[in-house]
Amino acid sequence: MTGAVSARRLGVVSCHACGLVCQDTLPQEITPQAAHDPHVPGSDAPDNADRGRSYHVDCPRCGAPLHRRRPNSIARAWALLLAGLIFYIPANVLPVMYTSLMGKGSENTIMQGVIEFWKSGSYGIALVIFIASVLVPCTKFLVLGVLFVTSQRRSRWAMKERAKLYRMVELVGYWSMLDVLVVAVVAALVKFQGLSDIEPRIGILFFGMVVIMTMLSAMSFDPRLIWDGDTE
Amino acid sequence: MKTFPHLVACEHCDSVYERTPLALGQLARCERCDAILYRASRLDVDRWLALTVAAAIVFVMANVCPVIYISFKGLHNEATLWASAAALAHGPAAPIAVPTAMSIIIVPFLQISLLGWVLMYARFGKRAPGFERAMRMLVALRPWSMVEVCLLGILVAVIKLSGFLQVAPGAGIWATALLMILLTLIANRDIHWLWEITEPARSAEEVQA
Repeated sequence: MTGAVSARRLGVVSCHACGLVCQDTLPQEITPQAAHDPHVPGSDAPDNADRGRSYHVDCPRCGAPLHRRRPNSIARAWALLLAGLIFYIPANVLPVMYTSLMGKGSENTIMQGVIEFWKSGSYGIALVIFIASVLVPCTKFLVLGVLFVTSQRRSRWAMKERAKLYRMVELVGYWSMLDVLVVAVVAALVKFQGLSDIEPRIGILFFGMVVIMTMLSAMSFDPRLIWDGDTE
Repeated sequence: MKTFPHLVACEHCDSVYERTPLALGQLARCERCDAILYRASRLDVDRWLALTVAAAIVFVMANVCPVIYISFKGLHNEATLWASAAALAHGPAAPIAVPTAMSIIIVPFLQISLLGWVLMYARFGKRAPGFERAMRMLVALRPWSMVEVCLLGILVAVIKLSGFLQVAPGAGIWATALLMILLTLIANRDIHWLWEITEPARSAEEVQA
């Protein structure tokens, strides 16, 4: 594709934490291609005896463990994404907030909150909350799912675009925390016993868990896997 | 183990390039996946440290001063960032108070204090005690710092409440806005070059040898 050479071909590995490029002395991966690929390093590494055993090499500069790819990247990413997806159901069905005004109490789910803003004429705010709490998480589920499936199949389809998509997910993902913070601020303020009260409800816990799980899922995924199908 | 400080590998696609010096404000992009490889820093260590100290001051203000005041039928109330996180701790959703407090208070606090610690020594070309750990933590903390989301949350809360009671912004909201800008300036930048401008302290084994 381009003149760029991958670290794997050069027999080097870059530290995930500090970015230092180090000589690859990690035990060889036992994959069918690697067995016949003379370019894959490790065959002359001094740790032949340790091959196959769980064993790690630390970055000589910052001490973080070195990996060619994040360990169990896809499996962890899938597990966290599915956990997020499961939490997303109670997050939407259960109320996130309880509001009482002059003795009249009502519970609101996330969507009800959005609709309330829309009906009261605050279209902008309704849109912001809708984007942060519905659109962003749903897009994230979809995008991460597509990225994981295509990387698992070592697809060479739209690699550059998929890489961009991944960076976009990392960039916007945490804005979903918005609803949790709104509930926090509102609940801290409105505490007038008897007159008016706002309290958090269980839905917000599930919603927060959705955000955290999907963030962890995106972090576990190693974007370099997108390019691994590209064998040059 | 051999290391190659003159090389840089793209974090997103594993392509390896040789590092070339950049002019001020330039950035190097990966040819293959278009991700940013590294950028030339506009800030020298002294300015960076100065902004970090400013962030620390603003951080204290954002945490001490109430962000919003409200009044309703003659009753008044106010909320700080801490009170907001604590408000979640009551009731069935209590566990969510922990990540909330982390993302708006504890993570920014750690970012500011770790950067301050590392930069204080980096001014003299030295690596602070615990430099390696601090640098790794700074990288790990970055995605969990959510001051900007918090600010938007406060604004949404203001609009939400202004429908049925009187709302006034407190000093804390301005401090939070400033903190957001300063944190973006100090923490969302390429910290890798701190490794290059600092000399490693000689470890005990090296001294013995």
